[in-house]
Amino acid sequence: MTVRLMQGNEAVGWGAIAAGCRFYAGYPITPSTEIAEMLSRELPKLGGIFIQMEDEIASLAACIGASAGGLKAMTATSGPGFSLMQEHIGYAAMAEVPCVIVNVQRLGPSTGQPTSPSQGDVMQARWGTHGDHPIIVLYPTSVPEAFELTVTAFNLAEKYRTPVILLMDEVVGHMRERFEAPPLEEVQVVDRMGTNVPPEWYKPFGDTIGDVPPMPSFGSGYRYHITGLYHDPMGYPTQRLDEINPWIERVQRKISNHLDDILMYQEENTEDANMVIVAYGATARSARHAMKLARQHRHHVGLVTLYTIWPFPEDVIQRIGRMARRVIVPEMNLGQLALEVERLVGRHKVIRVNRADGEMVSPQMILDAIEGR
Amino acid sequence: MKGKDKDGRIEIRLAGEGGQGMILAGVILAEAAAIYDGKNVVQTQTYGPEARGGASKAEVVISDEPIDYPEVLHADVLVALSQEACDKYASNLKKDGLLIVDIDKVKRVPLTSAVKIPITRAAIESSGKAITANVVALGVLVGLTNVVSREAIEKAILARAPKGTEEMNYRALERGFAEAAALLAVKQKA
Repeated sequence: MTVRLMQGNEAVGWGAIAAGCRFYAGYPITPSTEIAEMLSRELPKLGGIFIQMEDEIASLAACIGASAGGLKAMTATSGPGFSLMQEHIGYAAMAEVPCVIVNVQRLGPSTGQPTSPSQGDVMQARWGTHGDHPIIVLYPTSVPEAFELTVTAFNLAEKYRTPVILLMDEVVGHMRERFEAPPLEEVQVVDRMGTNVPPEWYKPFGDTIGDVPPMPSFGSGYRYHITGLYHDPMGYPTQRLDEINPWIERVQRKISNHLDDILMYQEENTEDANMVIVAYGATARSARHAMKLARQHRHHVGLVTLYTIWPFPEDVIQRIGRMARRVIVPEMNLGQLALEVERLVGRHKVIRVNRADGEMVSPQMILDAIEGR
Repeated sequence: MKGKDKDGRIEIRLAGEGGQGMILAGVILAEAAAIYDGKNVVQTQTYGPEARGGASKAEVVISDEPIDYPEVLHADVLVALSQEACDKYASNLKKDGLLIVDIDKVKRVPLTSAVKIPITRAAIESSGKAITANVVALGVLVGLTNVVSREAIEKAILARAPKGTEEMNYRALERGFAEAAALLAVKQKA
């Protein structure tokens, strides 16, 4: 592909295709619709499947089924649809079915403001479904990153048999930037682990090295039970504590033991910083703009951009907290990820910069925080 | 336009009513800059839920350096094709910023330095279609500012024009450039 001007949403679609996604089920909603539009056009050309479902609950259900059948599957939505998907995000976590859920956020709650940006679903992405469960949530700041992180979302979903959420800002979903897609053969793609044990020996939820059981496709001769109930290594419902607890521990471990692989962030100018901005999504771009202006005025300001927001990168934030006098957390919400930062560095050190009216946090707002105004 | 910050950042805002093609104009300008002139560019937009009517705005930031903040902070250029757009965004122009208005649509112009051109009328005269007003506007904008090369904007427009409308769009663009050239000639005399 040559150099193009590409929209963030479109880049998500191309990223999904590059990662091997061949199934999309969704219910179009602003500001994510271009993802569905693009894949409805491109997937059939590749022998893939596109289905417009009756709603978002069914959309994710279809993706889970397709994934159990061996296809890499994705859906995309926005706040109202994301609320409806919570039930099946929990189901995918419980049944350990890889899938990618894109949420191009809009201003909420409820129908809110469909065409305005917001980072209001940060906590919902982590805790929207009921019960304790691990989840991976990635967050791009630009069009090229929308492509890259979509590929990564599929890779992590496949590798760890888990739902992965790609959270995006409306600004990034709708913005157009220069983009040159890498040749498909250069994109690193991870496929789920299969198995060659005889079908009667296969344990779909058994203890395995690395804590991720292999996952052969339905229809390939391996038959097993999938349920949202707590289940034994064979997938059948159980109430035995000696089966429930090992499952809980294994599923937590498969994420927490691989943080080096999952956590992505970028540090800029943190070596000499006494003030550090922690930001994500489009807000990280306001933050970088503000940081550059502040450094021209000899303020020692650094920036940590989080590309993985869940699991929360605790170690790096703790280290920043020991080093910096102030930690500034700008967000297009009334303070969500700031809660995590405060937990790790102490409330007294954190300056929140918030707005939740459908406009971006401006560099000036962050600059004011840096200069103590 | 004095233009360009220290970091070479140029901010352009194209605003009007939904249906006037201002977002498409923004996309075409951004494509001219990114694909044909090889610059860094970010194009963003805001629009209402309506298909027509309502306020609509496209923003294009062009720079030689990587672009951090993606939206317009203080516009170097504002093209306003409606009174509402002019009222809303004129105050955000930089001190020496350039305001271009469609004089048939914008009756109250807040700046004496504004460039007043009957853009929609020029579109009808040159191509027969009011719908090419956005292309005339691009011709005026590029003719006055050179934010992208003439070659780049021509290529970008022709690449975007639906089959069979290439000539119509080309005439609209030429008319825009002609309006700009006439203005510059008057300025030089003065």
